[in-house]
Amino acid sequence: MGLDIRTNSAAETIELGRRIGEQLRGGEVIALVGELGSGKTHLIKGIAAGVGAEGGGEVVNSPTFVIVNEYSGRLEVYHIDAYRLESVEQFEQIGFDDYCHPGSVVVIEWADKVEPALKGIDVIRVELQHAGRTVRSIHFEGLGEYIQV
Amino acid sequence: MEKAPINILGIETSCDETAAAVVADGKTVKSSVIASQTKLHEKYGGVVPEIASRAHIENIYPVIAEAMAQADVTEKSVHAIAVANQPGLTVALMVGVTAAKTLSFAWGKPLIAINHLHAHLQSAMLAEEGLQLPAVALIVSGGHTCLYDCESPLELKLLGRCLDDAAGEAFDKVAAILKLPYPGGPAIEEIAKDGNPGAVDFPRSMLGPDSLDFSFSGIKTAVLYHCRGQDMKGQNRVDSMSKQKIADIAASFQAAMIDVLVRKTQRAAQKVAAKTILLGGGVAANTVLRSALQQMCKSSVPTRKLLVAPKEYCTDNAVMVASLACHKYKAGLFADLTLEPKATG
Repeated sequence: MGLDIRTNSAAETIELGRRIGEQLRGGEVIALVGELGSGKTHLIKGIAAGVGAEGGGEVVNSPTFVIVNEYSGRLEVYHIDAYRLESVEQFEQIGFDDYCHPGSVVVIEWADKVEPALKGIDVIRVELQHAGRTVRSIHFEGLGEYIQV
Repeated sequence: MEKAPINILGIETSCDETAAAVVADGKTVKSSVIASQTKLHEKYGGVVPEIASRAHIENIYPVIAEAMAQADVTEKSVHAIAVANQPGLTVALMVGVTAAKTLSFAWGKPLIAINHLHAHLQSAMLAEEGLQLPAVALIVSGGHTCLYDCESPLELKLLGRCLDDAAGEAFDKVAAILKLPYPGGPAIEEIAKDGNPGAVDFPRSMLGPDSLDFSFSGIKTAVLYHCRGQDMKGQNRVDSMSKQKIADIAASFQAAMIDVLVRKTQRAAQKVAAKTILLGGGVAANTVLRSALQQMCKSSVPTRKLLVAPKEYCTDNAVMVASLACHKYKAGLFADLTLEPKATG
């Protein structure tokens, strides 16, 4: 069952992420798809904050260049950006399997670039679209029943 | 009798580049080998680096061997092994850290842990004798945008950092929107030469009057909306734009980016009464940024001195690692064999 939500500002996108982050139990893989500027990093900022991994000196910023950011909170958060990756093999080589464990949340930006690597695992899928200057339409698939948004 | 120089072998594997260098006394570059820039694959069968630990693993030994050979040093004449262990991609850092620990153990030489970002600003100090401190250092690259208060090469205080997209990333992504080649920084600088920097008034995100942090995701999105129409319903119109129009957008974007970088650096310099401004990182190669900072330094009262990393040491390299390590060597700041890579810095 999919779920559609509209946010009216970056702050609302962060708040939505925070609500989701607060309810994560560990072991989740969240795959984000959406073009430049559609709010992927903002949603993840919120998710990390909800997990308790922002503040305390840590900043959630874009890992496009460094590929993976790691944050620690109630759970470990691995923030992967596939934008610069050229193959699924590269995605596996950056240690994707090692990042997935019961005490972690793995969030992947530009997940459409590494789709084959996600086959066969439970993934929360998030699709973000521009719907106005600051409005974003956000579609969720596979959100566990324990997560209320 | 002349004192023998302190030779340090530096190793850098924090992201895409596998690099090794030997630097004497923190200043004299005896060798600098970067896998992507050498014909290692012909000589040793290494591969051109990619974002993968496998590439680092295949390159690390040939790169170190080449750096030692070019410097004409042996394990006996190396005083210490330095490695960038943070921040970066863990699996990539791991390769350099493991190699450095192995050599440290096998050769019986001390191990020195280096912060990759701190090393970047060391690049700007390489050629300078009698550096005037305190300095404010601006590190701008694809992955980082940071301001530091530098009381000495070993005493660095983070003043500000990017909260979303790094400056170099914004250049790359705007270049992608404008359908310019990768890497975006040089492509935008080139086409912007023919553009009017006042053509489009892109937002300058200052994050409040006292903030020294950076936010560049808003300007990236502003460029996107400018090219797609404000409702985002249309297609990217870049294909039907004249070259002049694209040059104007590129020049206006670059002007807005540089405006923010320079104003924040000035703000930081005033805060700590900096005598010197240090500039390093890949985006430091941008000549418009260099001259804007130079202008700012000249018009400050009292004037400040701008020191920019030499172009070959703006991007990731191991010279900066070995050079900074000399200060740590002299201060007796060594790591032990439990050293681990750390993603954050």
